[in-house]
Amino acid sequence: MQRRHFLATLAAAPLAGFTGRVFAAPASSPRFLLVFLRGGYDCANLLVPYASDFYYESRPSIAIARPDSSTSGALRLDADWALSPAVREALEPLYTKKQIAFVPFAGTPNLSRSHFETQDDIEHGLPENAHADRSGFLARLSGTLNGVATPIAFTSSLPLSFQGGGDVPNISLARVGKAAFDARQSAVLAGMYKDTALAQPVAEGLALRQQVAGEFADDMMKASRGAVNAYGFTQQAPRIAQMMRDKYRLGFIDVGGWDTHVGEGGAQGALANNLGNLARGLAAFAQAMGEDWKDTTVAVVSEFGRTFRENGNRGTDHGHGSVYWVLGGGIAGGRVAGEQVKVAQPTLLQNRDFPVLNDYRGLLGGVFARLWGLNAAQLARVFPQARAEDLRLV
Amino acid sequence: MSKPTSAVHLSRLCATVLVAFAAGAQADPAPSHADLLWLDRIAYGVDSASLARLEQIGRHNFLDEQLAARDERLPPPIQAQIDAMPISHQTMADAIAKLAAARDKLKTIDDAQAKAEERKALRKQGVALAVQAQERELLRAVYSPAQLKEQMVWFWLNHFNVFDRKGPEAWLDADYVETAIRPHALGNFRDLVMATLTHPAMLVYLDNARNAAAHHNENYARELMELHTLGVNAGYTQNDVQEMVRILTGVGVALNPRTPRLRANQQALLIRHDGLEFNPARHDFGDKVLLGHGIRGSGFDEVRQAVDLLVAQPACAHFISQELATYFVADDPPAPLVDAMARTFQRTHGDIRSVLRTLFDAPEFATSLGKKFKDPMHYLVSSVRLAYDGREVPDPRRLVVWLNSQGEGEFAHQTPDGYPLVASAWDSSGQMSARFELARAMGRGDVRRFGGVAMPQMPQISGALFVQAIKPWLSSTTLAALDQAKSPAEWNAYLLAAPESNYR
Repeated sequence: MQRRHFLATLAAAPLAGFTGRVFAAPASSPRFLLVFLRGGYDCANLLVPYASDFYYESRPSIAIARPDSSTSGALRLDADWALSPAVREALEPLYTKKQIAFVPFAGTPNLSRSHFETQDDIEHGLPENAHADRSGFLARLSGTLNGVATPIAFTSSLPLSFQGGGDVPNISLARVGKAAFDARQSAVLAGMYKDTALAQPVAEGLALRQQVAGEFADDMMKASRGAVNAYGFTQQAPRIAQMMRDKYRLGFIDVGGWDTHVGEGGAQGALANNLGNLARGLAAFAQAMGEDWKDTTVAVVSEFGRTFRENGNRGTDHGHGSVYWVLGGGIAGGRVAGEQVKVAQPTLLQNRDFPVLNDYRGLLGGVFARLWGLNAAQLARVFPQARAEDLRLV
Repeated sequence: MSKPTSAVHLSRLCATVLVAFAAGAQADPAPSHADLLWLDRIAYGVDSASLARLEQIGRHNFLDEQLAARDERLPPPIQAQIDAMPISHQTMADAIAKLAAARDKLKTIDDAQAKAEERKALRKQGVALAVQAQERELLRAVYSPAQLKEQMVWFWLNHFNVFDRKGPEAWLDADYVETAIRPHALGNFRDLVMATLTHPAMLVYLDNARNAAAHHNENYARELMELHTLGVNAGYTQNDVQEMVRILTGVGVALNPRTPRLRANQQALLIRHDGLEFNPARHDFGDKVLLGHGIRGSGFDEVRQAVDLLVAQPACAHFISQELATYFVADDPPAPLVDAMARTFQRTHGDIRSVLRTLFDAPEFATSLGKKFKDPMHYLVSSVRLAYDGREVPDPRRLVVWLNSQGEGEFAHQTPDGYPLVASAWDSSGQMSARFELARAMGRGDVRRFGGVAMPQMPQISGALFVQAIKPWLSSTTLAALDQAKSPAEWNAYLLAAPESNYR
C-alpha cells in the first residue's frame, strides 16, 4: 500500500533536476548513501541465524520462526541465514536481482557498549588510539574525492561523519514548505555573516532552502511530523533520490528508534515495524533512482548489535557485532558476505554478543576503494591504518 | 527604520527602568559592554529588568543573588498564566490516580475500536499535560528574575534527560522537573542523582521499572554511570555495570494503587511513595562489588551506598565540571578551569553553587564572554527577552512550537545523552536557515492565527533596551543590513538573525 503511494508520488514529482551544478561529474560516476541506524538495531531479528538451535533457546519469546514453504514467513537466504518476514516483501526482489547483500559480524572494536561513544567512533572512522584528528570519515572521503562527489547530509543537523572537512550542506527533507525569505532578504541575511566563521553555512543554508522549496513545491506528501524514525525515512526516500540523481553523489541520513530494551517483538511488533519501514524506504529509494540506481551504492550501518539472548523484558540490551547491509543497482549481492563463524554459545563474545569479524573501516574502505578506484594513500586518508577488505561487493 | 516605538506596553517594572534610563541618561550614559556581555551569560539574555538590577547592585551582589536564586517572583500576568494551568493544581498522587483509573477503564473495554479510541484519548491527555509543562518551563526561563537558576534547571533536565513519548512518561514529566530537578538545581549533586533515580519519570524512561532479580534490564544502570555520573571510559567495567544492575533490581514505580503482596520478613523493606516503589521481592539480596567496593545485600540502602560511591569518584567531579564549563564557558573549555571546578566539587562533596562560583570567578570565564554560540534554547529565550522585554507573550504555546522548530524541544530528546552543548551541533547550514525562519516568526509576532488566537503584530524592536544596550554594539555590517529592512517585521527578523544575537 505504502509503496504504491510512494510510486504515485514519484510519478507526480517534477523530473527536472537541480540547476547550478558546481562541477561536471561523468554521468556514470558513482553515488554513495550512508544510512546510519542510531540506537543499535537488533540484527539477529533481521538476519535470522535459523540453523542455530541456540538462537531459539536464547529467544523464547522474540525469535523469528524458521523459514518454511510459505511466502509470508522468513526468507531463506542460505544454509545459515534467513531474512525477517518484516522486510521480505520490500527486499526479496532486490535480493533476487543480487542488488542487496548482508554482512554479519560487522562493527567496531569499541567494547564500551555505549551508544554515544560507539556512534562517535564510527563516524570519526579513526583507529582506536588516534584522537588527534576529530574529523568524520565522510568529510575525509569528500576531501579525498576532491569534487568528484558533491556531499550532503539529509539531516536537520550536520552529522559527525561530515564534520571537520570544510562546509558540507545539510537539510532535512522531512518538511519542505515554502521558503521564508525571498532572494533579496536572503542576500541581506547572508551579507551580515559574510565576514564571520559562519559565512558559508549561512549562505549555503539559505540557498539550499530556496532550492528545495522550489524543487518540491508540488510535493504534497506530508512527512511524519519531522521525527527521525523509520517511517519518516520511508516518506523522505524518494526526495533523497531526487536530490542524489542530479547534484549530490555522497549522502548521509540517520534513522532512529532501534534501542529495543523492552517488548521488541519478533516477526511482528515494534522492531518488525521499524525494519519494514526502513526496507520499504530503501526499496522506494532504489526505484526512485531510476537508471542511476546502477551507479548507486547504499550502506546501512548501526553502532552495535544487541545481546544475543533476550532480556527479562522481551527485549535485548546493548551488544557488539551487527549486520551491515550493502545495496546498489550494480553490486554483486544476493548473498551473505564477509567473515563468518557458526552461531552458537561458545562463539559469542563474552558469552553475550555477536563478535565483530568484519571491521567497519575495512569493509567500507573496501567499498570506497572499488567505487572510486582509491589508492592506498587515499584510503589511508579516509581510514588511517585500516586494511581495506575487498568483499567484492561492488 | 530605527525610530523608537512609543506604543510599547511595558510592564510596570520595565516602565520604571525606562524612566530610570531616561532620567540617568546624562549621568550614566549606558551600561558597559563588559557588563552586558557578562549579564548575557549569567542570564539567558539581557532584558530591562535584569540590566536595571545589575546596575543597581553591581556584579558581585548580582552573582550572589543569582546563585541563591533569591528572587523567583514572576510578573503577575505570567504567574497568573501558570496558575491557570491544570498541572499547577495536580500533585503526583493525583496524576497517578487519574492515570491508573484510565488504564483500569481501558482494561474493561472489549471492543477493539472503542479501546483504540480510549487509548488515543488517554494519549491526548498525556500530551496536553506535557505541553503545559513545556509552557511553564519556557515562561519561567523568559520571565523569572532567577535567570541562573532557570539555566541550571534546563541544564540538569538535559543532563538527566527524559522523553515524553515513552509509555506514561507525559503524565510524569511536569512533576519530574518540579520535584526532582528544580529543588536541587543549585543544590547538591548527590541529591540530584537520588531525586532523579527515585522519580518514576526516570525509572520508566530508562526501564529500571522493569529491572528485577529474575529479569535484568541494564539500560538505566549503564546510563547512570556513563551519562549521569562518571562519563564513558571512566574506568568502570562491564562487570561494574552488571553489579549496578543487581543493586538497582526492584527499584520501580508505583503507578497503580495495588501494593505488592510480600512475605512478612520483607514487608518492612518495602518503599512506596510518590510513584516510587522499591519492591524487595524483586530485589537481588546477594552481596555486590562495585568499583572494587563491597556492598552488602540489604535492600534499598545499597542504592544509597552505590550513589555515594559514584559521586565521590574523581571521575564524577571531573565529568560534571567539564559539562558545566562546556555549557557556560566554551565548547572546549580550558583544562585548568575544569580541574579547579572539579577540586571544588570534591572539596564540597558536589555543592553545585560552589562549583559554579569557581567557574564564574575564573579569568577563563571573563575572557570567554560573547564567544559562545547560542543553542536554540538560549537563542529563543534571549530573543524573546529582548523582543518582549517583560511584556506578556500572548500565547505561551508559541514558545513551545518555536523551540520544537529548532530541534531542541523540552522532553523531546529521545536518547538519554540529552542535547549537545557545542556549536557544531547547532550551526550547520540547515540549522542556520531554520534559525532565520524562527527570527522571522518572532520578528513579526507570527501574525497568523495561532491556536485559535489572532496575534497582534510585533512592533519594531527599538525601545530603550535596544537603544541603550544593543545598538551601540552592533557592527556596521549589521546596521547596514537593518537599514535595508522594508518593514518593522523585517527589521526585527534581521536584528534577531544578526551574528550579535547568536552569541552569548
